[in-house]
Amino acid sequence: MTWTDGWWAYAFIAIAGWIATDLWRWLGVLAGKRLRDDSEALNWVRAVATALVAAVIAKLILYPTGVLAQSPLWLRAGAVVFGTIAFFLARQKPVVGIATSIAVLAIGLWWLGF
Amino acid sequence: MDDVEDERSRLAWFLTGARGIFSLPAVILMLSFVGFCSLTAQAGIPPEQVVFMTGIVWALPAKVILVSSIMSGASLAAAFLAVTLSSVRLMPMVAALVPELRNSRTPTWLLLVLSHFVAITAWVFAMERVPKVPRDHRVTFFAGFGITLVAANMVLVGVVYHLVAEFPPLVAGCLFFLTPIYFLASIWHSARHPVIYVALAIGLVAGPLFYWIAPEFDILLAGVVGGTLAWGAERLWRSRREARP
Repeated sequence: MTWTDGWWAYAFIAIAGWIATDLWRWLGVLAGKRLRDDSEALNWVRAVATALVAAVIAKLILYPTGVLAQSPLWLRAGAVVFGTIAFFLARQKPVVGIATSIAVLAIGLWWLGF
Repeated sequence: MDDVEDERSRLAWFLTGARGIFSLPAVILMLSFVGFCSLTAQAGIPPEQVVFMTGIVWALPAKVILVSSIMSGASLAAAFLAVTLSSVRLMPMVAALVPELRNSRTPTWLLLVLSHFVAITAWVFAMERVPKVPRDHRVTFFAGFGITLVAANMVLVGVVYHLVAEFPPLVAGCLFFLTPIYFLASIWHSARHPVIYVALAIGLVAGPLFYWIAPEFDILLAGVVGGTLAWGAERLWRSRREARP
């Protein structure tokens, strides 16, 4: 039996996907209910949550999957650097930073023959 | 008076949240889901299962890891472990959001149900917008946004699944890159506490560093060690500044 057969595929997704993620969300609710919104403990939780997300971001940029796995690192890093410069020049408007970064990447990929 | 009035404003806040589907973060997330569709189509996962996965797992990084486990023929236990480890971050994210969302009367069961809609996009969106919503309506506002966003993406995945195989590599590459770039810009933009900037900078360095040292637990270690470091540094800086005459 391969994993795509009938109910087993859904059970697989439910156990390895749903339980594995919602477990942490539920624990987060129980922990969050005890935090006051001006406490030092919440400040620490905020820092940990942000650092976790930042680590995910860095991994997506440095070790991408799919098509980008074949793109050179200097191009992805360059796209981030140009996007960051544009973001601060435009008084921290997210859309400007994002558009610049994607444009740099698109031009680079095109130039490399993607 | 107020029952009818209250009902009406509750619906209005739900719809205000639902309108968030037209915001920049929601649009970018939907584009990322188009990218995810092409990954699942390449992996040979049938569209019904991709729709099911979108609704029941929701967090995109967790789904990417689930799909890679399936592709590599991992056992149920191995796939569960990989997804569990990658999803620990949902706990501090939800824990940081709950004090912003709830009031003294919000029932715990409701928060447990709504926590399912938390993933990076909804979290970034909610942390940014919720402070501008009156506290009594924040839960309704978030429910409107979260439920609409999940439902819209389930429909989107079902519709575009058959179209994405034809995407040129340049488009697929740009779609993939949108997600990290958007997260980066919006977290910086929406930060309301100084500690967020420090944690973001440290996390960006700590992620690859721990991937190099301990690839199995990299995200978790980067979060706990990097986050604690950021919190300690910001706290030290704050107390020095307060101590200065």
